[in-house]
Amino acid sequence: MTTTVDTALVEYLLRLGDNDLILGQRLGELAGRAPILEEDLATTNVALDLIGQARLWLTYAGEAEGRGRTEDTFAYARNAGDFRNVLLVEQPNGSYADTIARAFLFDVAHFFFLEKLGTSADARIAGIAQKAVREVAYHVRRSGDWVIRLGDGTPESHLRMQSAIDALWTFTGELFAADAIEADVAARGIGIASDTLRGAWHEHVSAILQQATLTVPADGFMRVGGKTGIHTEQLSYLLAEMQSVRRSIPGDRW
Amino acid sequence: MVTTVPAIAEVWAWLADIADPEIPVLSIVDLGIVRDVAYHEDRLHVTITPTYSGCPATMAIDALIRATLGGHGVRIFKLDVQLAPAWTSDWLTTDGRAKLRAYGIAPPEESAAALGIGIMRRPEARVTCPRCAATDVALTSRFGSTPCKALYRCNACLEPFDHFKCH
Repeated sequence: MTTTVDTALVEYLLRLGDNDLILGQRLGELAGRAPILEEDLATTNVALDLIGQARLWLTYAGEAEGRGRTEDTFAYARNAGDFRNVLLVEQPNGSYADTIARAFLFDVAHFFFLEKLGTSADARIAGIAQKAVREVAYHVRRSGDWVIRLGDGTPESHLRMQSAIDALWTFTGELFAADAIEADVAARGIGIASDTLRGAWHEHVSAILQQATLTVPADGFMRVGGKTGIHTEQLSYLLAEMQSVRRSIPGDRW
Repeated sequence: MVTTVPAIAEVWAWLADIADPEIPVLSIVDLGIVRDVAYHEDRLHVTITPTYSGCPATMAIDALIRATLGGHGVRIFKLDVQLAPAWTSDWLTTDGRAKLRAYGIAPPEESAAALGIGIMRRPEARVTCPRCAATDVALTSRFGSTPCKALYRCNACLEPFDHFKCH
């Protein structure tokens, strides 16, 4: 007997899980290295939330796929081309303005996606999203606070915050670039077509940038590819570190 | 052979003795993460709802529950994890809130359900210093030593303190 794998669902779950996993790993790189102690605690706590959420999505992806892959297989035994996260989250930490800008642009989108997924016709997706959205609502308020604090801060912090937003803007188009997989899950009421949420995202991002005395960048060329596995080179460096133990000693256990 | 099974109330009492690994002054029952204790076809089921998705205490709590039930001679049981409805600080018991305050952690005073989870939710209006009971306090950082806490400072007694967030 052959069973049909719901490939659109698996791909969609990998996108959700990989966004969380890769941003969680990026933030985790700051453990012990953030500019101040409070931010060290904050970034690692956000990373913890994201990795917790990634585990829930990736475990579900493995079960939906039915080939025995687990959260660990997905995290540690895939190559860059198999990851489905958006390009934005794999960008390096850079200066703290870059870290905050990346977090903020993603957090706002993340919030609106999860809010909608909370009403998914797939009860498991809805359950994970309802839990995660409470955590992400907090992330987005924190990253927004920092955008305002740095944007409306000193001339130097203002300049850096504006440069960071400008530089990362090219990666924001992909957040809302819907494709056949999203159309499929949206048609069944289990997922969402991301283009429907760009308006809400742009409105909130603009309001915060305005409060921060920053300029909302004009939409120019948008870089896409992460959702289908075409990544920037940054992802390979991240994976080299994240997967190093597992690749050195395959199959070993603690 | 006659086997007796523990009463539901007895199991709840055992669980109420399990300290949360992160905030040991609270039991897992105080924290509101034990959602149900019931027998399904003669098998004991304990249902847990984790606080935060990435809370590192979750695995430790699982192990503690297994050890506690095992220690009381319960050999056959099932630990169920339930995500929805999502855990909220509204489930902290009154007892739990008093224990937190005595321990030096300001408990949440508002209803998370009333505050909602909107993107522009207003900040918590009322946080009370656990040392001097002043309400003139300032947020130092949105995160403390664990995801469930934020750092505050009391403007009256000038002491820093942890606040268990309204979530």
